[in-house]
Amino acid sequence: MLTFIARRLLQSLLVMLAVGLIAFSMFRYVGDPVANMVGQDTTPEQRIELRQRLGLDDPFIVQFGRFVADAARGDFGISYRHRRPVSELLAERLPATLELSFVSAVMALALGIPMGVYTALRRRGLLSRAFMTVSLIGISLPTFLIGILLILVFGVQLRWLPSFGRGEVVELGWWTTGLLTRSGLSALILPAITLALFQMTLIMRLVRSEMLEVLRADFIKFARARGLPERLINFRHALKNTMVPVITITGLQLGSIIAFAIITETVFQWPGMGLLFLQAISMVDIPVMAAYLVLIAFFFVVINLVVDLLYFVVDPRLRVQSA
Amino acid sequence: MRFSNMVKRPALAAALALALGAAGAAAQAKTFRWAYQGDATSLDPMALNETFTLGFQGNIYEPLVGYDENLNLVPMLAESWENPEPTKWVFKLRKGVKFHDGSDFNADDVIFSWKRSLTPGSDMKGYGAKASEVRKIDDYTVEVITPTPNPILPREWSLLYMMDKEWSEKHNTTEATNVKGDQGNYANLHTNGTGPYMVVERQPDVRTVLKRNPHYWGKIPANADEVIFQPITQEATRVAALISGEMDLVMPVPVQDWQRLEDAKGVRPLTDAEARAIFIGMDQHRDELLYSDVKGKNPFKDPRVREAVVLAVDTNAINQKIMRGAAKPLGSLVATSVNGYDDSFGAPYKPDPERARKLLAEAGYPNGFTVTMDCPNDRYVNDEKVCQAVAAMLGRVGIKIDLLAQTKSKYFGKILLQAGNDTSMYMLGWTPSSIDAHNVLLNLTACRDAKTAAGQFNLGGYCNPKVDELTKQIGSETDQAKRSAMIKEAFMIVRNEFGYLPLHQQPMSWGVKEGIQVKQRADDVLDLRYVVLP
Repeated sequence: MLTFIARRLLQSLLVMLAVGLIAFSMFRYVGDPVANMVGQDTTPEQRIELRQRLGLDDPFIVQFGRFVADAARGDFGISYRHRRPVSELLAERLPATLELSFVSAVMALALGIPMGVYTALRRRGLLSRAFMTVSLIGISLPTFLIGILLILVFGVQLRWLPSFGRGEVVELGWWTTGLLTRSGLSALILPAITLALFQMTLIMRLVRSEMLEVLRADFIKFARARGLPERLINFRHALKNTMVPVITITGLQLGSIIAFAIITETVFQWPGMGLLFLQAISMVDIPVMAAYLVLIAFFFVVINLVVDLLYFVVDPRLRVQSA
Repeated sequence: MRFSNMVKRPALAAALALALGAAGAAAQAKTFRWAYQGDATSLDPMALNETFTLGFQGNIYEPLVGYDENLNLVPMLAESWENPEPTKWVFKLRKGVKFHDGSDFNADDVIFSWKRSLTPGSDMKGYGAKASEVRKIDDYTVEVITPTPNPILPREWSLLYMMDKEWSEKHNTTEATNVKGDQGNYANLHTNGTGPYMVVERQPDVRTVLKRNPHYWGKIPANADEVIFQPITQEATRVAALISGEMDLVMPVPVQDWQRLEDAKGVRPLTDAEARAIFIGMDQHRDELLYSDVKGKNPFKDPRVREAVVLAVDTNAINQKIMRGAAKPLGSLVATSVNGYDDSFGAPYKPDPERARKLLAEAGYPNGFTVTMDCPNDRYVNDEKVCQAVAAMLGRVGIKIDLLAQTKSKYFGKILLQAGNDTSMYMLGWTPSSIDAHNVLLNLTACRDAKTAAGQFNLGGYCNPKVDELTKQIGSETDQAKRSAMIKEAFMIVRNEFGYLPLHQQPMSWGVKEGIQVKQRADDVLDLRYVVLP
């Protein structure tokens, strides 16, 4: 077990290195960072001098080597735009993104699994069909549009919820949370729903199809024949067996929510890493872009590791195999 | 379980206190909430020479001489100034001015600020370099020596903000925030200015809270006790925040939302012409255009072709159809609110497509030619749409345009001097930082000279020695009447030679809650001194 984890972590280093290399090789094509760092009255000489100071004219391998060497020491450089250390910036924005991602993942699971089970058990019911149709809408509308729609309805017309921002946050050491204040919670609702809608639909349909499959299995027939109560059969035996693909999908989706909550963060002006990344792209803030991509690669690897470990927990057959 | 109980109580108490505090304060304090599409890059007044950042800082820091709501020069930290010799300016400083931390403003601070603007991390070196020496005559008088005669120094220093020497030394920020090797300059996140508002909270890119300076030296109409600024990048969200009442003022508002703001209750759009001239430039320098099907010669070197380009475009139609009438069609690179403008050279050209076709045939292009036009798509108001309209109008007279529109980082990364001016035709917008026409001549029409940085934004390489000579004379002419006459002469030459295709002054576009009075300054800066809440 321990060697398994150690091997995975080593793989993660390789993944991060590869992502960093690809990202760096593309940075020369995103535009000129110096143009965004100085005003229109700066002379050409001063601009050239700035380029040299930042090492932007060095060959790509040298720049990349420098980046890796610094990153190994935990120094991700200084943001061109903010003129502050990148690690500080990311640490500031991380709680916002993680909170939003986790809340929306929990929302998607909490709504998706019961809905999936219900639509599997009562396949032809009216409510079932309603769920399925509405879920199609959730999948086909782009996140951007859903976000704007929600703002329009709940923020502008009804004025029930704030249309942007994170509300008041409480600092707990290095972490900032919006879950402990009223404005923080109300600001979390719309972005979380926007982000959760696609996920929820996916989970619901996955659970439904897996359940339908499992309910046809022999052991379910035998359990019924034996006289076990329906509730026990459905939730203890059937549902548990559908969990492996659901965990896989949820894990991958969680990674992509954290990485690509960019659109939702932009629409709701949510001060997370995604918004930071988008601004970094338009400002050609290379240190931030590089650090963000490497960090996201790391997240993906960790999440996949956790997912693989969860398999052992959920599926007893795997436990027997490895022992 | 236990962890959440542990933090719940003090956190809830904090939240409760916050809510009560806010409720109590709201009863008496007036709060002004506003949003822009980005944030001020830094609180350090010498970090970046960018209109929004400097305009934002102008509410916290102040220069010697500033602008009022109509961009007229008014005394700020200098009560009076005179120009006894061509290279000497004497400023009499205002007495009794205090920085936010209580220390006095005097000549030492002026000298310190000037020196700080010349440190490596500063982007205001160009301004600092306008003086070769700054001498203290007494605590409230400074003498500024300029390397060459400079008739408009006070105007040029309207963006050079005065910092407190003692505060900067105490917090180790005697040098401007450096983008390399500076782990955290104090002035980047903290301020100590003389302005009407002081910073009480700063979260970059999230929220900045300002509080009224109770010891401000001036009498201003502003009555907001607290100002909360939040950047909102997404334009739809920004407009929604205004209509829902969460924001009092947002800028900029997309052109298509003006009608929506007119229709919605409680908000109104504010659109006025900005001091930014938008124009199309042509490569007149190379012997063969980089991106054209004409080989062996450069059509834009022929004034007849340039005249055809100018006459083909109907700036009024562009204004009506694309800018909804809010732009101001212009015939020069100088906007009407800039010092030195005159209708004789600034009035829009009259379109004449027939004559344009004739001229092209005369110049040897009876079937026109093809050329690629570079355009940004997220820098100026409706930039891509305007470029498309220009392309269509040019197409009608035979000049086929291949439009290349891209995001501003890539666009400027291609057309600017550092990239070798890799373009044949481009769009550019220009607001002279000194709000004076000389800046336009120096940057846009002067023959390119890498050593003196002349014509740095003259991306097409327009060059006329007579205009250059006039530019030099204008730079040192202290008699205002003679100076204005020379400016007129220079721009008439540019106009008659059709050096550029000027389009219009783009409109500023703000959205404001009804009942709030603000002044929309022509350089698109929100001066909080003029914000009056009901």
